[in-house]
Formats: sequence, structure tokens, C-alpha cells
Amino acid sequence: MTDTTSKTVGVTELSEADGAVGKGSSGLRKLLVYGILIVFAVIYIYPFIIQFVTSLKTNTDAVDNPLRLIPNPFDTAAWSRLRDTQFPRWFMNSVIVTLTVTTFRVLFASMAGYALARLKFRGRDAVFTGLLAVMAVPGIVLLIPKFLVLNDLGIYNSYWALILPLVVDAAGVFIMRQFFLQISISVEEAARIDGAGPFQTFWYIVLPMAKPALITVTILSFQGSWNELGHYVIAVQDPDLFPLTRGVAGLTSGQLGSGSQFPITMAAGLLMTIPTAIVFVFFQRYFTQGANVGAEKG
Amino acid sequence: MKSQNLGRQARAGWLFTAPMLIVLGVFLVLPIILAMWVSVADWTGRGSPLNPDVNYVGLENYRSLVTEPGLDRQDFMTSLRNTFYYVIGVVPLQTVIALLLANTVNQRYLKGRSWFRTAFYFPSVVSSVAISLVFLFLFTSTGAVNQFLGVLGIDGPSWFTDPRGLIHMIGDSIGLWSIDSPPNALADNDVLGLSFWEWFSGPSVALTAIMLQVVWTTAGTFMLMFLAALQDVPTEVEEAAMVDGATKWERFRHVTLPHLRPTLLLVITLGIIGTWQVFDQMYIMTQGGPAKTTLTPAYLSYSTAFNGNNWGQGAAIAFLLFLLIFVLTTMQRIILRDRDKSKRRTWPWQRTQPSEQGVTA
Repeated sequence: MTDTTSKTVGVTELSEADGAVGKGSSGLRKLLVYGILIVFAVIYIYPFIIQFVTSLKTNTDAVDNPLRLIPNPFDTAAWSRLRDTQFPRWFMNSVIVTLTVTTFRVLFASMAGYALARLKFRGRDAVFTGLLAVMAVPGIVLLIPKFLVLNDLGIYNSYWALILPLVVDAAGVFIMRQFFLQISISVEEAARIDGAGPFQTFWYIVLPMAKPALITVTILSFQGSWNELGHYVIAVQDPDLFPLTRGVAGLTSGQLGSGSQFPITMAAGLLMTIPTAIVFVFFQRYFTQGANVGAEKG
Repeated sequence: MKSQNLGRQARAGWLFTAPMLIVLGVFLVLPIILAMWVSVADWTGRGSPLNPDVNYVGLENYRSLVTEPGLDRQDFMTSLRNTFYYVIGVVPLQTVIALLLANTVNQRYLKGRSWFRTAFYFPSVVSSVAISLVFLFLFTSTGAVNQFLGVLGIDGPSWFTDPRGLIHMIGDSIGLWSIDSPPNALADNDVLGLSFWEWFSGPSVALTAIMLQVVWTTAGTFMLMFLAALQDVPTEVEEAAMVDGATKWERFRHVTLPHLRPTLLLVITLGIIGTWQVFDQMYIMTQGGPAKTTLTPAYLSYSTAFNGNNWGQGAAIAFLLFLLIFVLTTMQRIILRDRDKSKRRTWPWQRTQPSEQGVTA
């Protein structure tokens, strides 16, 4: 990759290349592009279709005819059996944790981001450097360390343990700071001259202007805490406290007698995907922005 | 007046950053310090690791992972081997597929571009648990994947329970060796607790299935990064190249790819950092099996501490993994920076005119 990508080529060199086809795309090339796209589209969509169809099959039918798209017999037993398990409880736990985490993440990230971008105070640069260092720590190596602290604080195996460590996310602070650096400072200065303090300026002037960044951080927090697994594995051990990811992950090892009951695991996976899918459909462009935050960092 | 304002700002600054400082301090900095202590202590999980019964044992936990022969070191080395194959499989594959998808979706004449983009990106936002459950079903021995392979006349393996290494299988099929009786030269010589035969196994079939799943899931995210960069390719340069009669492939190679270089480096760096941390799939699907061929440092660290109650060693593995990721990314940065410099020094005549700067990027 390196040799071709780093090679600097002047436009003149290009003109010497022969075998030039020129402008426009031939029909053959279009066909090829559509061909690639359709093959990949099938690879990307088919698993979700199989997931949905399988959830409406009997286990025997699912195992014998994994590719067939029509359940025979049509059977909703998997869905009703999920209702009798702890699944509803886990779903509720996920809702509680996700809503709380997201609310505080957005609040704390915008506060800290604003301070780091706009407020002048001694030590600000040190705090920002610390934030960048924290962002570089790979999350997975913190699993044991976080458990140790939760255990020592006496909050292991509680809602506190699920929620508290997640309410600040360094990347969210970073996104908010970058946003506040971009917007014009003149409005804030006008407010300050009118006698508004930092808190009033922040709450009434700055936050309303930060709506796009706030939505981005909200979406990322929602998705992050809904899909989180590692932290939930080390924070609780009581099944009544499991969020969805932790609970449903246990279904594979045959908890609740589900064994290799594929229709049930498919239905469970599908149900936990629905909230993400809804948010995704409505806020897709904010997801896109979030994915590109990494590009800004680097 | 001004100093009063500054005083207010300073107070507000600390107040505004206080929640962040407290939470990151208590749940990030403090844990790291506590874990450092645990990694050099003999805590067994009972009571607080800070109670006086817990003894300092020096680097004992690290030694048993790296220098002392034994099962602990063998497991740790196995996890490094597995993850090494995992990384060199997943990172190039996901980068190439992401680039291919981005470049394809970016064609201007294409109908339904945003629809395709959505389809490819969607798995990235779905929980790893939900996706793992689907793939467990797709990759059973009589599952959808094997039925499809059967149509093509291929007899698919029972993916998630097959511990055979890919390199072993390839060598076996071309008659280089027999998988059941490996050559003595390879099987009888050990390095760091694993024989050469074990080191050069390649990823197991089970690990390969996980690799395919991860590539499928993450390629969409990186596709978006490439797409964002592609949309910044200066149109004048591309048009100039077109006027000069460059073919599509030439334009891609000499205009687009150089422009994508920073994104490419970022995607590879993020890929390496991410893949070395792989944990979820092992926790959900394989628990390190079959025959420890999907054991990874992250999962080994977790299971050593939580299932084996060997907290010191679990913490030590976490720190070694941290160190490894840190070294890899730093090394990559240094190598690439040097190469940038040397390139410029070696071919000064290739330096572009100011008006063409977009091409070099």
C-alpha cells in the first residue's frame, strides 16, 4: 500500500499514460459496479432476513432448512417464550441504564467541552492533555481495574455500578470541545458585556447553539451504552440487574433452558436491535458524523 | 472589572470540568493505579486488595506469563499467537473491503447510493451480541453458510468447533505435511512454551469464522471514513487528469489513493488498536475454545481473574496488552513519519507544484 499511495505523481505524468478510456462510464463498467454492490448488499442484508424468518420457525425447521425464507410451520412460540423469561426485565434495565447514562453524558460532556474550549483558567491545558491521554487508553484493559474499584467502593452488583463509570465519556467531551471552538465567540461576548455570568451564558446562549453537537453526542451515548458488553460483564452478577447485552449473551450457553433454541436467540437479538434501528433510521447523518470524529482526532 | 471576570471564569472552569474530572479520576485513573498494585500482589479476590494480608510479590505475576515455563505462559503465548493471526487477517481485509465499498458507493451515476451506504453501515451500530447470535446460527455445521457452500460443491467445516489451523490445513492439502503427524523438526522444538508447529498454525477455523464476522461488522464504519475523504478529492485535479486522458484506474491510483493516504493510515491504526482488544465475540460465542484457539489476551485476562480468581495475573495480562498496543501504535507512527521524510528527501523532483498540492496530501 505504501509505495503506491505515497508516490507523488504530477498531472503531466498521467497524461502520458496510454490506453485511456476517457470520460463517462461504459455500460460494462456500470454493470460491474452494480454487480459488486448487489453481491455485497445480499451479504449484508440476508443475515438480518434469516434472523427475522428464523424467529418465526420451530427449532427443527430452523436447523433443517436454515436458508428457506418461509417458516413451515409458522410458529410464534419463540416470541411468547421470551416474554416468560427475564428478557423483559433485562430490556427495562437497558432502558434505565441507557437513558440515565445518556442524559448525564450529554450534560457533563457539554459542560466540560465548553470549559475546555472557552473558559480561561489556570490548568486548562493540563486538563486537556490529560483528556487526550485518557482517550488513548484501550477500554478493554480497564475491565479488571474497574471491577476492583467498584468492589472497593462497595457498589459492585448495583445500578450504581452499571451507570456511574459510564456517565463521562472522554470522546464526547472531545467532540463538544471541537464544536465550541468552531462557533463564533461574539454572541457570548455580547452576553458577557450585558452582565451574564458564565453559567447563564452557557445555559441560555451556548447550549441552544450547540444543538447539532448535542444530538451527535446523544446518539453516540445511546448507541454506546445500549450495546456495551464488557462493562456490564464486570459490574454486576445478579441476573435481575443484567442489561440486555449481558442477559442475552448468556442465552447462547443455554441459560433458561434455551440451549440451542435458535428461534429464541434470533428473536432476542432482533428485539434488542429494534431501538438502535429506529434511532439509526431517524438520525443517520449524526451517526455518520460520529463515525468521522475519529478522523478528526487523527 | 476584567480581573473579576477572569476570577469568575476560573471558578466556572473548574466547576464545569469537575464532573468529568471526578468520574474519570475515580473510574479510570484510580482503577489503573489499583490494578497496578494488584498486578504485583497476591490478592485472591477476598476482601479488599488494600487489606494488610495482601503481600507484595514483585514481578512474579509477569514472570509466570513471560519467562517461567508452565501452563500460564503457554496460555498467554497461545492468546498472543491467535490474536496476531486475527489482526493480520482482519485489518487488511476490512480496510480493502471498506475502500472497495466506499469507492463503489461514491460513483456519481449510481442510483440508490444512500440506500447501499445505509445497508453496509447498519451492522456497525448493532450490538455485538445480536450479531454474534446470528452468526452462531449461520455458521453451524448444517447452517446457512455450509448449505450455500454445499450448493457450490464445497463441504463446509463445523466452523465454531473446529480447532484446525488454516496454515496446517493448507500444508496438509498440498502435501507438505500431514496434520495428524506433524514433522518432528517443527513439533519438537519449543519457543516460549509453544512448539514451532503450534506457532505456525495460522488462525483456526473457529477463529476464521469470528474474523469474517468482525470484518462484516466493521467494514461499514471504515467505509464511511473513506467516503468522507473521497468527497474531498479536489474535482479540478480529477478533471485535469480526465482531460489528460487518464483511465479510471489510473485516476484512482494516482489521484484518489494519494489523497486518501491520511485516512488509510488512520483506518489501519484504528484497526490495529481495535482488533488487539477483541473480547466480545470470545465472551459470547467461544469462551476461548475450541482447544484454546480463540483465546485472546483480553479474554484470557478476564477469565484468569473472574473465573480463575488469579487477579494478579489477570491484571498483569491487561497491562502487557496495554503495553503491546502502545508499542505497536507508537512504532507505526514513527515508521510512517520517517518514511514521509525520506520520501521527500529521496525524490525532490517529484514534488508537486503548489497548485497541485491536493494530489500529494
